[in-house]
Amino acid sequence: MASITLDNLGKVYPGGTRAVGDVNMQIADGEFIVLVGPSGCGKSTLLRMVAGLESITEGEVRIGDRVVNTVEPADRDIAMVFQNYALYPHMSVRQNLAYGLKNRGTSKAEITRRVDEAAEILQIGQFLDRKPRALSGGQRQRVAMGRAIVREPAAFLFDEPLSNLDAKLRVAMRLEIKELQRRLRTTSLYVTHDQLEAMTLADRLVVLNGGQVEQIGTPLEVYRNPASTFVAGFIGSPAMNLIPSRAVPHLPGSAHAGIIGIRPEDLAVDPDGPIEMQVRAVEELGAQRLVHGHTNGADLTITLGSHADLHDTLRLSAQPEALHRFDEKTGKRLA
Amino acid sequence: MKRTIFSNQLLPWLLLAPQLAITFIFFLWPAGQAIKQSFLREDAFGINSSFVGLANFTALLDSPEYLNSLKVTAVFAISVTVVSMGVALLLAVAVDRMLKSSRTYTTLLVWPYAVAPAVAGILWWFIFNPTVGVMPYVLEVIGYDWNHISSKTDAMILVVIASAWKQISYNFLFFVAGLQAIPASMREAAAIDGAGPVRRFFDITFPLLSPTTFFLLVVNIVYSMFETFAVIDATTEGGPAQATNIMVYKVYFDGFIGQNLGSSAAQSVILMLIVISLTVIQFRWVEKKVEY
Repeated sequence: MASITLDNLGKVYPGGTRAVGDVNMQIADGEFIVLVGPSGCGKSTLLRMVAGLESITEGEVRIGDRVVNTVEPADRDIAMVFQNYALYPHMSVRQNLAYGLKNRGTSKAEITRRVDEAAEILQIGQFLDRKPRALSGGQRQRVAMGRAIVREPAAFLFDEPLSNLDAKLRVAMRLEIKELQRRLRTTSLYVTHDQLEAMTLADRLVVLNGGQVEQIGTPLEVYRNPASTFVAGFIGSPAMNLIPSRAVPHLPGSAHAGIIGIRPEDLAVDPDGPIEMQVRAVEELGAQRLVHGHTNGADLTITLGSHADLHDTLRLSAQPEALHRFDEKTGKRLA
Repeated sequence: MKRTIFSNQLLPWLLLAPQLAITFIFFLWPAGQAIKQSFLREDAFGINSSFVGLANFTALLDSPEYLNSLKVTAVFAISVTVVSMGVALLLAVAVDRMLKSSRTYTTLLVWPYAVAPAVAGILWWFIFNPTVGVMPYVLEVIGYDWNHISSKTDAMILVVIASAWKQISYNFLFFVAGLQAIPASMREAAAIDGAGPVRRFFDITFPLLSPTTFFLLVVNIVYSMFETFAVIDATTEGGPAQATNIMVYKVYFDGFIGQNLGSSAAQSVILMLIVISLTVIQFRWVEKKVEY
């Protein structure tokens, strides 16, 4: 158990490409942090720097009170779950789980105890003597988590652990990871490109873009007060509408702001509403429908209940507190 | 796999014909001739031959020279295989850890494979030549008197080096490909699991390379038993005192120089049986332990 501190952390590759820059963050003991962003945003690089698999060119990583910049991965007291699981194919599940403990000279009895305990927690007891190739994707995922658990490390690092699973299994495993982390209270750093995964798992999430931190906050903070148009467009599904204010001149405050953000669920059909929307297409989702269209040349999406009447033209309104205002040039949130 | 149904019965045979012809003319027919010849004894002038049953075989197994050749072949084949695969693996691991210039390095290492065995033999024969070679000169500095013309051990070392050298390139290519097929995350996981570089190699990399290693084992043993004829012929000619007279060279020497065709044929039949059974053993038992 330990806190993790990232202090002005940065990575510049030998060619001069900057993958990550100026990351400052304090991760409390037992906290579940999710790094989220589109592919190529540097989230995996950041995680691998904490793991020790990628060298640190700027700043510091501290695990507990110890600066670990030059500490070998094995000595950082962390465990990592890889995207492709990275299970050793020639070893049985039991050997896979025990390998890290064996290398550290843990006694046989202790290894057996911890492996059995982890197998119990993850319900993989009946697979212990099988080879990884005889397991399904979900079972392999559990074994990979088991390999992290048995080590009882200071921190878990997850590198997109669910992205190789099918949609249904992903939802189930997401829940299990959440429960597991609650139970073990181990500091966790979790990388994903899936904003839904980020929202549901995180105590706090870190939105990254182009190697820079866009925003750090609890899922609700980030959802309610996105710090930039990038965050606004990335977190939340369907994405927030980002409309140039001249396309919606009748909304309150639109005179000052460059870009107005409105979540699709915050727009309601209102015969007297200030926004006129030309409907282009409707996506039926069962419980709700997504209506796509445009107003004064700006794209617009709204979510409506499945019983709402549809016309070619809809008039819409939004509560003043549901409007987000962003600077047109920097994309930053305006107060 | 796509299955093609031929409506014409002749066409598939026509397409197979070139390969079948090569197999028949260069393998089946000579092998058949050898088997036939191994039961015959020819007179001194090559005019008459008489059926002698297994006499050629029993004579061989009673001959100390032939038994020596068996032993020499075993030592030679094992040494060539171990040296060429060991060095190749070492080089491949070095390249795998290399970020820059690994391409240049790889290209240079592959060149020896383009050298004909006889040329390779002569090359090493010059390098190790007791009078003009550079290696004996260097060895003399450290106090070793190299002479493969009189020393049996030196002669064996020479032919092993000359034969293994060429094969290193081939093995190297396969090992590099094999290493690159192992996901980096596997080694990273092992590094996080507390395994140092050496441990990582023996616990993770080497077992995962085993399909490649197994394949190369078969190829190298067959190579060292059959294809090293030119190396031996260009360097030691089986000498000194039969020390490097491996079976395939003895087949040639007894048959074409000694003109004892019956015995030569019997030897090649035995050699064929040995290689067939070695390959069967390797596929039956070793393959079961291989992790695919």
